[in-house]
Amino acid sequence: MTNPGKALPEGATSFARIQAGMAKRRAAERRFKMLGRIAVSVGLLFLSVLLISIVSKGYTAFWQTQMRIDVVLTADEIDPDGTRSAETLRKADYSSLIKQSMRDMFPEVSGRRDKFALYGLVSNGAAFDLRDKVMADPSLIGTKVSLWVPADDDVDMLMKGHIDRNAAEDDRRIKDNVLGWINQLEAEDRLELRFNIDFFTKGDSRDPELAGIRGALMGTIFTLIVTLSLSFPLGVAAAVYLEEFAPKNKWTDLIEVNINNLAAVPSIVFGLLGLAVFINVFGLPRSAPLLGGLVLTLMTLPTIIIASRAALKSVPPSIRDAALGIGASPMQATLYHVIPLALPGMLTGTIIGMAQALGETAPLLMIGMVAFIADVPQGVFDPSTALPVQIYLWADSPERAYVERTSAAIMVLLGFLALMNLVAVLLRKRFERRW
Amino acid sequence: MTQTPILLVLLLALTSAAYYFGCKRAFRVADGKIRKLHSLPGYYGLYVALWAALPALLILCAWLLFQGSIITRMVVSSLPDAIQQLGPDRLNLVVNDIRNLVSGNIVSGEPDAIMLAAADYYRGLLSVSRNMLFAIVLIVAGLSGWYGYSKIRAQHRARNGVESIINWLLVACSTVAILTTVGIVLSVLFESIRFFQSVPITEFLFGLEWSPQIALRADQAGSSGAFGAVPLFAGTLLITFIAMTVAVPIGLMSALYLAEYASARVRAIAKPLLEVLAGIPTVVYGFFAALTVAPFIRESGGFLGLDVASESALAAGLVMGMMIIPFVSSLSDDVINAVPQSLREGAYGMGATSSETIRRVIFPAALPGIVGAILLAVSRAIGETMIVVMAAGLASNLTANPLEAVTTVTVQIVTLLVGDQEFDSPKTLAAFALGLVLFVVTLALNFVALYIVRKYREQYD
Amino acid sequence: MSPQGQAMALKLDGAAGAAHVATVGRDVRETVGEIRVNDPRVRCTDVNVHYGDKHAIKNISLDVGKGEVLAMIGPSGCGKSTFLRCLNRMNDTVRECRVTGEILLDGEDINSRHIDVVPLRARVAMVFQKPNPFPKSIYENVAFGPRIHGLCESKADLDVVVESSLRKANLWDEVKDRLDDVGTGLSGGQQQRLCIARAIAIEPEVILMDEPCSALDPISTAKVEQLIEELRQQFSIVIVTHSMQQAARVSQRTAYFHMGDLIEVSETDRLFIKPRHQLTEDYITGRFG
Ligand SMILES: Nc1ncnc2c1ncn2[C@@H]1O[C@H](COP(=O)(O)OP(=O)(O)O)[C@@H](O)[C@H]1O
Ligand SMILES: [Mg+2]
Repeated sequence: MTNPGKALPEGATSFARIQAGMAKRRAAERRFKMLGRIAVSVGLLFLSVLLISIVSKGYTAFWQTQMRIDVVLTADEIDPDGTRSAETLRKADYSSLIKQSMRDMFPEVSGRRDKFALYGLVSNGAAFDLRDKVMADPSLIGTKVSLWVPADDDVDMLMKGHIDRNAAEDDRRIKDNVLGWINQLEAEDRLELRFNIDFFTKGDSRDPELAGIRGALMGTIFTLIVTLSLSFPLGVAAAVYLEEFAPKNKWTDLIEVNINNLAAVPSIVFGLLGLAVFINVFGLPRSAPLLGGLVLTLMTLPTIIIASRAALKSVPPSIRDAALGIGASPMQATLYHVIPLALPGMLTGTIIGMAQALGETAPLLMIGMVAFIADVPQGVFDPSTALPVQIYLWADSPERAYVERTSAAIMVLLGFLALMNLVAVLLRKRFERRW
Repeated sequence: MTQTPILLVLLLALTSAAYYFGCKRAFRVADGKIRKLHSLPGYYGLYVALWAALPALLILCAWLLFQGSIITRMVVSSLPDAIQQLGPDRLNLVVNDIRNLVSGNIVSGEPDAIMLAAADYYRGLLSVSRNMLFAIVLIVAGLSGWYGYSKIRAQHRARNGVESIINWLLVACSTVAILTTVGIVLSVLFESIRFFQSVPITEFLFGLEWSPQIALRADQAGSSGAFGAVPLFAGTLLITFIAMTVAVPIGLMSALYLAEYASARVRAIAKPLLEVLAGIPTVVYGFFAALTVAPFIRESGGFLGLDVASESALAAGLVMGMMIIPFVSSLSDDVINAVPQSLREGAYGMGATSSETIRRVIFPAALPGIVGAILLAVSRAIGETMIVVMAAGLASNLTANPLEAVTTVTVQIVTLLVGDQEFDSPKTLAAFALGLVLFVVTLALNFVALYIVRKYREQYD
Repeated sequence: MSPQGQAMALKLDGAAGAAHVATVGRDVRETVGEIRVNDPRVRCTDVNVHYGDKHAIKNISLDVGKGEVLAMIGPSGCGKSTFLRCLNRMNDTVRECRVTGEILLDGEDINSRHIDVVPLRARVAMVFQKPNPFPKSIYENVAFGPRIHGLCESKADLDVVVESSLRKANLWDEVKDRLDDVGTGLSGGQQQRLCIARAIAIEPEVILMDEPCSALDPISTAKVEQLIEELRQQFSIVIVTHSMQQAARVSQRTAYFHMGDLIEVSETDRLFIKPRHQLTEDYITGRFG
């Protein structure tokens, strides 16, 4: 054994040196650990700020200010000829009745501009509510009815405290005289926050107080139905082929690399594909859930294929060998033994892919699912939007009242996402198997 | 379109019948003795059923896909020359009007006689096409089903036949992914080439001014807008850079902390919570960036005496960084967990502290994988659309100042294509050129990243 | 307790020479032989290890002398590695692992609260079954310990330490021209000697080796064994081995483990020639293993 010089410190001195350096190293250790803690906390902080900001902005949208108005349903206005036919009832000018009732409540208001402001306290939707009520029960004609109708969004915002009553008049969307009327209405118990059913049952509207998510929700549901019914069979079939039957060669390598890359292609590029191919080459109807479903299918396919392959991989070879060993063909072994075992994993992957599709916006913008559509779509060929697109559209609208609706729509969207992920997690838990 | 479900139901009925008769014939040829058959009778039924269904379905799909564009073309060629000469933009509008007339929607302006005639013609073609489809699909199904039926013998290998058909179906499904890529490449490439015919590619790639709106004005030639995309690239890079400065340190440090320090309980809670960030739709982040973060930054900037644009790059980048944190952290987590335990033990066994082990052994060992993960994250940031569309604005500034507004490639693609656009204007074609750049860049990044990660994994397998 | 045991206790501590009597658990076996030595470097008393519910080490007491090589043998899964890892608290890194009992290093309890594992492991370094050089250069591998522990003030010092450690590990001549190559590029035997060089560069008092040769070919094994013999001059060495021949070749004392029990400890020659416990005899005669 060679020992060059007296370079090595004796054990004791080396130990002393280590001890001497310990304080510094412990400090460095603490710092590093603290950095890690900070990183995790900042991440969680982001999450909570995001969620809190959404919820605090949005929960008020589930209530809507309603106004009680007393309308005299003069027969002359509604049905001068007394036919009571549905057509006449439908076409009658209910908004003038409502205006009349407003004038009756505030007889002192005069002048065009003031009257206009007064009428503006009630939502445009009130006339429709009144019409529905009359058409449901024509015997009301000639009587005086008292009904709750949605108030205008500005009134709503004031009631919810989003408009500061104490701000200077010039900085306030609601002027002093209008504020006075509102105060009077409040004093008469004519204004009330009520659960906002319309938000869930109506389509989009130019009036925030009438806008609902039903149309967008149905659009999303139709889109996802198309996506699911295409991407699940396609994805599973592709995964089964690649994992169980494909020979290992250049071609399958190419497919594999291609799928992995496709999974990371920006979603907007799929929108371009949809626009150029599905709309311009194949002439599929723009804005239709069918088209959205096709584009999202292509987008989620890689996710589903990758997850399904992982699920197939986790089925131990002994299962295949057992089936083959008793004379099953490879196809039978796969269909009857491997796929059933891999199915939970495949479903989990599919749900995650669907969740991805549910939240996707950009490609839908490309294929025109971004128009203002008030009607609730009835099928996959009707023009429609989707929930995330509706969020985008509302987020772009200047009215203050859309902010809370956007946030509320986000809450609904996140609710669905949470539900889907929960199902995926439960599925995984329930069928998790260790071989 | 309402006929299609009926057709499908009929086809289904035909297929079921094919199955039934296939089974029956198998019994008959075997004189009721199943042992004589090569395969179980069900396979003969399936064989015939597949023969009946598949060719017909194929024709049905192809027909539905192409019928729209073929009919349109026929209608257009039937229009008076004056209209045909209109040039692609206007022609498109006309076609749209005709389609609207056909489907009974409201049309802009009073429809004139020519339009009404064209719409009638369109309607006529459509109904002819539907009837033909009906007949052809059913006839093909019947004929091909009969062919399958006639092939049944006792020694016919029905199972092998069925299996090879299924095999081919599987192959077809797995090529959908390839077709998607091909479709993407072709569609962006094709339109880009048309774009580069009016705007030189060098101007597009190196030009410093971007103002495609000018080209909208009718009195100007299409190419007179400025299509220099450098400000967009710069804006994209700026926002990506900001996002990465947020996401990489936080994502990496949380991955390291959760993998090496955190107790099992903290890990079990914090990891999924962080991953929630990745599951939130980007449109939500966009809303958050535009309505919460941007005003906040603007106000705090104003408080410090800084002039912050209301759509600052900082806000968009910050929120994008937030979104990418879990992306970085879960990819890094995988990578860190792939570092063999023996290396950790080697370091601990000599008295290294945890942070020394992490910094001097685990991090260097995991570095290639982490680089791959970061590249994937960068590609993700570059392609991210909604956050920037909602929070970054349209101003094409060539600046490195994060407090100013910039625009990005994806924002421009969306602005150029959303709304009722004439498809052939340089403006819309420019969007495809941008799409091409986006696709090529992200693809290259993904390719390199996935390669690095794979090599990294192989090293420790 | 066997009469021969007492007679043999020439250099052994009389009082501790007595067979150790189980105090915990009914299924604990007594240890036969000389668990104690005079002037121990490490003294373990009543060590128990649990992995969750599994009782992996049952009430073991054992000394490691200065300048000796102690071999630990036994069928696989009997707890050799687990016990070895107690000696520098490597088991801290295993989440569900719980260690009780007293382990004194130079008279100081290493499990006590105020002991920091970092300097402890610098004094009791460990070499593992599978060679695990860091994916860095050979030089950096050896310099790792001195660097983190701040043992060298200058680059020149570090060079000297690296060279002398590599020399002590009998690796210098093979790698002196390629110190900048990655350590993982060496052959298995060289890698293991590199790991040993890495350990001795921090000048520990005890080196723990867990089956250091199990992944090596016979020639590399011989080199490592020769190395162990040389290192004994300076360090105490505890080596786990599955090869009885190896234990016989390199060690002065041998401990035989069986299902978490320490069955017998003797001087190596004696243990292999005249085992006192039936289980030991069964094992070394190859009746099971
Ligand atoms: N990390 C662990 N978790 C749970 N049980 C373990 C762990 N490591 C070892 N064991 C158990 O402790 C016992 C002793 O293991 P070990 O010390 O590795 O045995 P040896 O090295 O003698 O082969 C074995 O039964 C083993 O199953
Ligand atoms: Mg072991």
